[in-house]
Amino acid sequence: MRRPDLIRFARDAAAGNPLRTFLLVLAMAIGVGAVVVLTALGDGARRYVLDEFSSIGSNLVIVLPGRSQTGGFNPANAITSTPRDLTIDDAQALLRASAVHRAAPLAVGTSEISHAGRLREVTVAGTTAEFIEVRRLSLAQGRFLSPGDWRRAAPEAVIGAKIRDEMFGQQPALGQLVRVGDRRVRIVGVLAASGQGLGMNTDELVLVPVALAQTMFNSNTLFRILVEATSREAIEPASAQVGEIIRLRHEGEQDVTIITQDAVLATFDRVLGTLTLAVAGIAAISLAVAGILVMNVMLVSVTQRTSEVGLLKALGASDATIRNAFLCEAAILSVAGALLGFLVGHAGAALIRLFYPAFPAYPPDWAVLAALATALATGTLFGVLPARRAARLDAVLALSRR
Amino acid sequence: MNTAQIELTGIEKLFRLGDSTVLALRDIDLCVAAGEYIAVMGPSGSGKSTLLHILGLLDRPDSGSYHLEGRDVTTLSAVEQARVRSERIGFVFQSFHLVPRLTAAENIALPMILAGIAPAQRAQRVARALRDYGLDNRADHRPDQLSGGQRQRVAIARATIMEPAVILADEPTGNLDRATGEEVMRLLESLNERGVTLIVVTHDGVLGSRARRQLLIEDGMLRADRRRPAEPCAGPT
Ligand SMILES: Nc1ncnc2c1ncn2[C@@H]1O[C@H](COP(=O)(O)OP(=O)(O)OP(=O)(O)O)[C@@H](O)[C@H]1O
Ligand SMILES: [Mg+2]
Repeated sequence: MRRPDLIRFARDAAAGNPLRTFLLVLAMAIGVGAVVVLTALGDGARRYVLDEFSSIGSNLVIVLPGRSQTGGFNPANAITSTPRDLTIDDAQALLRASAVHRAAPLAVGTSEISHAGRLREVTVAGTTAEFIEVRRLSLAQGRFLSPGDWRRAAPEAVIGAKIRDEMFGQQPALGQLVRVGDRRVRIVGVLAASGQGLGMNTDELVLVPVALAQTMFNSNTLFRILVEATSREAIEPASAQVGEIIRLRHEGEQDVTIITQDAVLATFDRVLGTLTLAVAGIAAISLAVAGILVMNVMLVSVTQRTSEVGLLKALGASDATIRNAFLCEAAILSVAGALLGFLVGHAGAALIRLFYPAFPAYPPDWAVLAALATALATGTLFGVLPARRAARLDAVLALSRR
Repeated sequence: MNTAQIELTGIEKLFRLGDSTVLALRDIDLCVAAGEYIAVMGPSGSGKSTLLHILGLLDRPDSGSYHLEGRDVTTLSAVEQARVRSERIGFVFQSFHLVPRLTAAENIALPMILAGIAPAQRAQRVARALRDYGLDNRADHRPDQLSGGQRQRVAIARATIMEPAVILADEPTGNLDRATGEEVMRLLESLNERGVTLIVVTHDGVLGSRARRQLLIEDGMLRADRRRPAEPCAGPT
């Protein structure tokens, strides 16, 4: 039997029983579609987190007080802030390191902002002029905190876009005097809206000079020091130099944790990559189920078409030809299901992207290829048994079956 | 050219059903020359169909030998037997056995598809067969859109499309009315007139008497072998 004839014969046989074909294709499509959608979600989450982390700034080295046990990135360290002596002087000392381009101290606390009778609770971040560069933020209006002496507590503030809207509405915010905690400060700038971000949402932030924040919160410690290395290659040297400088300043004690953006990204990448893989594995179970369904449905098909098999044998078909015809049919159904699932899965991922535009729900290529290959492999594999059963049918008995 | 086309010696076939065995054919010796027209008759369950299946290589005898065109075909491998079925033998069944999802033309082409014949040649031969069997305007009809007579004509066209040497028909008129059965028999006989060996199993004594040679099988044994004009048959080779 010629190959095109074999395929046509198998296709016609599949088309000859639309319900059976529909069920099989559906099962395969669900399996493949599940893999595509779920990996799109998993990989989308990975990309989302990575993008958000990348947007914090580039070549970033973050110094936080308190020592982590492992020395590597520990999510707990990124959240808890154990107050240790991390001071403005420490931050300033870091500028001496050759691999450090910029540094910005960060002191954080909550306070209230009030203006013209409006009052709102806010997160106040005390920092310096360098912050806007290190964090790659941009301004909507005015200017950022004035550069110069980090110890000067100039009574000025830069506010996030959302604070501006809520406190001033249509009124101009620039130049207004507001009360933050027990201090009166002048609004000198408004940050550009950044949308939803990981960690600190700059839209709801009030930025003041670090010295002002420290007096406001009555503390000398810093929440973080953000360090920008001179280049991507300088991240590792910068992190080593920063560690050494702090150690020397802290009586030889390594009492800070230094995390690099690369390390954070790598960890997230790994964790979320594993998640995607796990999700793909779970979805692949539905492919195995589809494979078993292929087997059952094909077995029923062999039973239903017993007399046809007998006829084919009488007309000169060898066992191999009959086996190939049934195998080919199982493969065609699997491929059709896989392709349908591929389309449905991509449509599903597109739908997710439509409703959550910020979420990059694209299925990874490897997952799509693996799903298609698994569908084809299981479909064909589970088609082997029915095909062999058909090929082994006794011709005379098969013919006598009506 | 009097060498035997088909030569059976001591053919036995038994079926086991649980502990009991049924001897469906016992010690059948038969010699058929090319171009003969044979009717196989006998009561129900006598072994006619079993004999036909063995002649058509659909079943293997339990003992005895079968030479087809001088070749011992009982010892052939399954693949070689399939090839002999494809090239030398055409089957016609009582219940037509058309593939329901295929059109008349596709059913006729099926043996050629299985044999791997090129599409162009297939189309040509199918077109001729449709014309020869008066099925021109039925080419694209599926079996359920055809009458019984038309279905059997399609089946005969399919049996002859590979130009076999032997046509084996098991009660080809069993599911047809008298007139249509007559028509089908004439079709088969016309094939025989062109040199194809025709072996027909029938219950119908009238139809059977049209054959030049009648075999009577009873209880798995060849009881009678009558010929109208004596036709010589060569001895075992
Ligand atoms: N697969 C089988 N298993 C067991 N016994 C069988 C089988 N096939 C045929 N037989 C038996 O072999 C004997 C011959 O059967 P066969 O079908 O050849 O008879 P037949 O002459 O064609 O009968 P009919 O005229 O009814 O078609 C019968 O007794 C039948 O019961
Ligand atoms: Mg019979």
